[in-house]
Amino acid sequence: MKMKLSTLAFAVGALAMSSTTFAAPPSAEMLSFACAGCHGTNGGSAGLTMPSLASQSKSSIVEAMTKFKSGERPSTIMGRLAKGYSDEQITAMAEFFAKQKLHVTNQKVDKAKVAKAAKIQEKACGRCHLEDGKDGKDDTPVMASQWLEYLQIQMSLYESGKRKMPEKMAEKVKETSKEDLDALMHFYAAQK
Amino acid sequence: MTLDRRSFLKLLAAGAAGAGAAGLPMIGHAAEIMPKKGRRVVVVGGGYGGSIAAKYIRMLDKSIEVVLIEKNKQFISCPFSNHLLAGFIKDLSTLSFSYDKLASNHGIKMVYDEVTAIDATAKTVMTKGGSIAYDRLVVSPGVDFRTEEIEGYDAKTPDIMPHAWKAGPQTILLRKQLEAMKDGGTVVLTAPLAPFRCPPGPYERAAMVAHYLKTSKPKSKLILLDANPDIVSKGPLFRKGWETHYAGIIEYRKAAKVTAVNTKAMSVMVEGIDEVKGDVINVIPAQRATALMASAGLIGEDKKWCPINATTFESTIHKNIHVIGDSCNAGAMPKSGYSANSEAKVCATNIVAAMNGKELVELSGINTCYSYLTHDEAISVAGVYTVKDGAIVGVPNSGGVSPIDYSAAKLEAPYAHSWLKNILTEMST
Ligand SMILES: Cc1cc2nc3c(=O)[nH]c(=O)nc-3n(C[C@H](O)[C@H](O)[C@H](O)COP(=O)(O)OP(=O)(O)OC[C@H]3O[C@@H](n4cnc5c(N)ncnc54)[C@H](O)[C@@H]3O)c2cc1C
Ligand code: HEC
Ligand code: HEC
Repeated sequence: MKMKLSTLAFAVGALAMSSTTFAAPPSAEMLSFACAGCHGTNGGSAGLTMPSLASQSKSSIVEAMTKFKSGERPSTIMGRLAKGYSDEQITAMAEFFAKQKLHVTNQKVDKAKVAKAAKIQEKACGRCHLEDGKDGKDDTPVMASQWLEYLQIQMSLYESGKRKMPEKMAEKVKETSKEDLDALMHFYAAQK
Repeated sequence: MTLDRRSFLKLLAAGAAGAGAAGLPMIGHAAEIMPKKGRRVVVVGGGYGGSIAAKYIRMLDKSIEVVLIEKNKQFISCPFSNHLLAGFIKDLSTLSFSYDKLASNHGIKMVYDEVTAIDATAKTVMTKGGSIAYDRLVVSPGVDFRTEEIEGYDAKTPDIMPHAWKAGPQTILLRKQLEAMKDGGTVVLTAPLAPFRCPPGPYERAAMVAHYLKTSKPKSKLILLDANPDIVSKGPLFRKGWETHYAGIIEYRKAAKVTAVNTKAMSVMVEGIDEVKGDVINVIPAQRATALMASAGLIGEDKKWCPINATTFESTIHKNIHVIGDSCNAGAMPKSGYSANSEAKVCATNIVAAMNGKELVELSGINTCYSYLTHDEAISVAGVYTVKDGAIVGVPNSGGVSPIDYSAAKLEAPYAHSWLKNILTEMST
């Protein structure tokens, strides 16, 4: 009833002059549109270090935002922003971005590295980073087509210990040489 | 559009008197261009706010015709224009875009013309080429300068003492003046009383100019005359950055309002008593909503900014006219490109809802603003906004500035670059 009244008030223009307006709480679109100035329209980033959110899995976005908010995951700016949203709002945004089409970046990668990593990725990382990084087990993020520079920044945060790796991932990463890890980043960035 | 002081005041008076019946006598004479068939939103200004409003209305409802009226064929971004002063970029090409892709991707009708008047009653805007009718109007024209508050400031002053607060020829002129200055010269930079476009802007500019002086003219110095009681944004961060990188180059004077300029003597007067001379003088005058907004009677009691409804950005003075970006008073949201982008989406969402008889949606907004200290160190301020009792306020316990120990500055620089790339891509495609 309240909503209908507000619509009516707006339609007949009773709104001008008044400063308070009845309106529904921010929708998933309303919340998510505000992120696009950095992450790109509908979460499709133009690069080069800013991650795409389009087609990212819902659980991984919720996980990332929750950890940004608590400070468990290091960030330059997301921590300050994540504190502005309730858990329900975070879930709504995660659903919005998960629904968007994968943003294919067609970025420049080292083809030799991609070919090398293609042979090892399944065994090294494929337990959680499913289908060549196009999907992720539980809260494992989608990495296909993600910007290379972003993946490299995150990998170096993991390596420095600032961002905490899931234990099972850490085991796998430890077994993998620096060169192979670098190649794997190129591989995931190249997926479409 | 430049107006001398007298005609501006006349427009202002006409606007204030005409609240409710705005419209200048000239409206109605010129021929109508593009007669309106279906539902139409006209957007004035294709900058940080207007381009996004036009795009998102079309993204949300293809059955609404959107006409974007912009006076320039090329948009040049103010954000990162300070990089030209530092010499990090050689020209403004990376900060410029044309509207072809935005228009074709979203079916936006472009009109390259200047809007000279708005008739709120007849629901038409007047351009030099004729009038255009609207159902709803979105205006995002940026700012004009309150030059009448500075004694001795006339139409030619910016050719000698550039403001460089609208990116383009003014930015290039200031850069050329810096290049031509002798080593050992003094640059004077003056910041106006808040609120103005881009609160951290003058302080970032001080760092960027100082970077140029340090690397190319090390005997020179920069005096920043700030009308405000203290640094308006990221104060401790800027102070530390200046001390770390530009000690002996930047001299900061607070509560130093410039009241007069003298282009012959190349000096400015602080509070009417203290004369400060400079070889290069960058005067950033105080600001307000543009003359168009004044003539349309959209400016509020403060005589500076346009009051708006915090959910719809509809003017609280005239129905069916929405004001976004620097020209509006958006409460706690600062006058920045990111705010304008965020406001545009809130406005677009609720215009589409209203035109379809759907319920309105409460604002959720973001602002972020990156500033550089050196070529590879940047700091930021961020905020998340909501509406409380009809006013836009920050969400408690969120937002804030970068850590004071600069631990993130080296990472924030590349992220800032990506911010620019993304926000300009949003506006131009
Ligand atoms: C040096 C500097 C650095 C800045 N850095 C940042 C930053 O890092 N981050 C940030 O978020 N913000 C920054 N800003 C602020 C940012 O530029 C503004 O807040 C933003 O541009 C406001 O958007 P707007 O849509 O209100 O106006 P604008 O972006 O200026 O757009 C207005 C448009 O309207 C057109 N127009 C005006 N009047 C008419 C008319 N009558 N008819 C037709 N067309 C018209 C103009 O040509 C222009 O294209 C900076 C500003 C400056 C000066
Ligand atoms: C000022 C630019 C900016 C804005 C605005 C912004 N982000 Fe971010 N986002 C970043 C940066 C930079 C990172 C990398 C982490 C960091 O350093 O903060 C990031 C990382 C993320 C990640 C992690 C992605 C991954 O796969 O690792 C998620 C999820 C995310 N942002 C969601 C959001 C949401 C949701 C919003 C809107 C509420 C938003 N962001 C608004 C800049 C921004
Ligand atoms: C046991 C499951 C698992 C394995 C195996 C695994 N990962 Fe992960 N990976 C995850 C999870 C879960 C996350 C998100 C964790 C977090 O919140 O930091 C993640 C995150 C990442 C990220 C950050 C992506 C982003 O968007 O922020 C990178 C990069 C990455 N993994 C690389 C690898 C590589 C390379 C391998 C193989 C050597 C690997 N992972 C193996 C589970 C795994």
